[in-house]
Amino acid sequence: MLRRKKDLQNLIPYIVVAPLLGFLINGLFGGRYKNKAVAGWIGTIAVTISFIIAAGVFIEMLSMPEEHRAIHVKLFDWISVGKVNVGISYLIDQLSIIFILVITGIGALIHLYSTGYMKGDPGYTRFFTYLNLFIVMMLQLVMADNYLLTFLGWEGVGLCSYLLIGFWYEEVKNGDAAKKAFIVNRIGDFGFLVAMGLMLVLFGSLNYSDVLGGATSMGQNSTIGLITMMLFLGCTGKSAQIPLYIWLPDAMAGPTPVSALIHAATMVTSGIYLVARSNILFALSPTTLAVISIVAIATALIAAMIALFQNDIKKVLAYSTVSQLGYMFLGLGVGAFGAGVFHVLTHAFFKACLFLGSGAVIHAMHHEQDMQKMGGLKKYLPITFWTFALATLAIAGIPPFAGFFSKDEILWKAFSQGSPILWALGALGAFMTAFYMARALYLTFYGKERFDAHHHPPHEVDASMWIPLVVLAGLSVLGGLLGSPTGALEKWLAPIVEKGESIVIASRSGGSNLEQFELPLLIISVIIAIVGILLATRYYKNRITLATDEKSLGGFYKLSTNKFYVDEFYDGAIIQPTYGVSDSFLYKIVDVKIVDGVINGSAIMVDMLSSYARKIQTGIIQNYAVMIVVGILVLLSYVLIF
Amino acid sequence: MSSLSNYLIVSAILFMIGAAGVMFRKNVIIIFMCVELMLNSVNLTLIAFSQFMGDQQGQILVFFVMTVAAAEAAVGLAIVISAYRNKDTVEIDHFNLLKG
Repeated sequence: MLRRKKDLQNLIPYIVVAPLLGFLINGLFGGRYKNKAVAGWIGTIAVTISFIIAAGVFIEMLSMPEEHRAIHVKLFDWISVGKVNVGISYLIDQLSIIFILVITGIGALIHLYSTGYMKGDPGYTRFFTYLNLFIVMMLQLVMADNYLLTFLGWEGVGLCSYLLIGFWYEEVKNGDAAKKAFIVNRIGDFGFLVAMGLMLVLFGSLNYSDVLGGATSMGQNSTIGLITMMLFLGCTGKSAQIPLYIWLPDAMAGPTPVSALIHAATMVTSGIYLVARSNILFALSPTTLAVISIVAIATALIAAMIALFQNDIKKVLAYSTVSQLGYMFLGLGVGAFGAGVFHVLTHAFFKACLFLGSGAVIHAMHHEQDMQKMGGLKKYLPITFWTFALATLAIAGIPPFAGFFSKDEILWKAFSQGSPILWALGALGAFMTAFYMARALYLTFYGKERFDAHHHPPHEVDASMWIPLVVLAGLSVLGGLLGSPTGALEKWLAPIVEKGESIVIASRSGGSNLEQFELPLLIISVIIAIVGILLATRYYKNRITLATDEKSLGGFYKLSTNKFYVDEFYDGAIIQPTYGVSDSFLYKIVDVKIVDGVINGSAIMVDMLSSYARKIQTGIIQNYAVMIVVGILVLLSYVLIF
Repeated sequence: MSSLSNYLIVSAILFMIGAAGVMFRKNVIIIFMCVELMLNSVNLTLIAFSQFMGDQQGQILVFFVMTVAAAEAAVGLAIVISAYRNKDTVEIDHFNLLKG
């Protein structure tokens, strides 16, 4: 038993080393490849290797007794100051292994897909370099055994996200989107930093075990409340919740595989990971949990409303991601940490599949993203259509597909541990989800062909692209079985989330028996989803033009398509005042008058003093000789006299 | 056989003459000769000490000093000649380009 654990400890670092090597090889030698395809294969194989290792570790963990499953690997000390000791050390347990498998598994599929999607792109090797770096950083985030190393990964994935959103940097709008993502995330990161500072003060450590152990013995207090609020601020940035969700839709400027991997399946779920990992802290701060629930449900609803009438296929998926992240946080907010993680898992399957499907459509349509110019693609792209359709059913919450189980579990917990209002709003969001996803499906694949099929006939994608689609579609269909129907995931995660969940449940008053409602609610939510799809069928299945929407829907349509003017609001309320203050005060007064004044003043002073000092330099060598001799005499006499 | 201090006094006088020449004469060649004078006064000191202390190392060192001085004289005179070609003079006052 111990020996096997030792072997695993030796093996685990290679999960990170493989993509790191891929990153280094492609990054250092990428420019010299004669055949660029090599970069794609190196990147894909590196991630596949780390998936295989992770799967091996997972299988080993399955055969271990529950209490021995957490494996701690210490590589070396990183920061050691006073009593604070932060190591580069990893903690592989039931929670992190799930994320590692998702990251490396879906990551490998998306690398494979990218070898086809990015073919012929001038930045081909650069793309795979960034993608491998992203995998490394994401693994740091979930494998770390302390908040600081998680933060390192957190910042690292932010960097990769920035680099990949602005991947096609020749276009200004892509660069702007990248900057927006980075700056908005910085606001969240500030929260994370403050939280870490508070943890150091309160617990004197940043290790998960010390912090969570300390919190358990300390019980509820206001500092823990503040820490969790600050952590949640970090999560709103990375995981795109109100008020910081605005960067995610713009992040779709990056290549589609990036949207699938980073901005749907993995990076944006790191906030959920952080909360689930610190579940005890959050369970001890009911106020924060309440705030999370409210923010989450608001995000889920508003994003869904915006998604309703978007015409860019990737924008629909982007807002849908924001909305689904809202559901995950709703689960966390009501104290159902396991349910939140379950939705991360299923969402990773179907959303990656949808994004890759949309990528296949965009690829086939020669980089057209506007659904108004698609339609009738079913017969041209049969594989893409079927996978996209299955993933749509999964996200819409139709049983027995994956999304149904996870979403229903969150809604049920929202009802039983939160309030019926949360459930009702969540169900409304589910209705909209079903509607807009079905709308996207119909507009893209059904109806009249709104493009020139004779000149540019769309073509089905290569094997390297449809294999990932089929695998992900399969997972979207079957992935739900891991969760509520078999209870496997719940049991697996229990050692991690049990404590937090029990604290939350214990703090709820009134243990009235709600079990009787579970089945009716489940049936209602299925009916709601079906109604959403039918409504979309009625209006969009044979649609010729979208122009009629605006007339029949009026004001709401305008609000929705303009994203509720949130960007404009931020522009007016934050960005313009910042520019104003920067220009009239920081630039014209602080910079020009104070900073420049100090620098120029010191230069003038030196100039003035030196006009006297320079007189010593006569240029006549003999003067220098005299000075040397006089100097020697003075020194000599000093030595001799004293 | 005179005492050590006699040698040292002569050596000091020679050194002072050399130093004064370096400081106050204007002709570069003379300054150069004064430098040699200073070097040789030091040589004298070395030999005197070497003789009176019964240690041959000082004498050996003097040979080194003389060798280096010979090389230095060759380089120095070359510099003086090329300086003369530029300015048509060897008066030290005319070479003050590094004036601050």
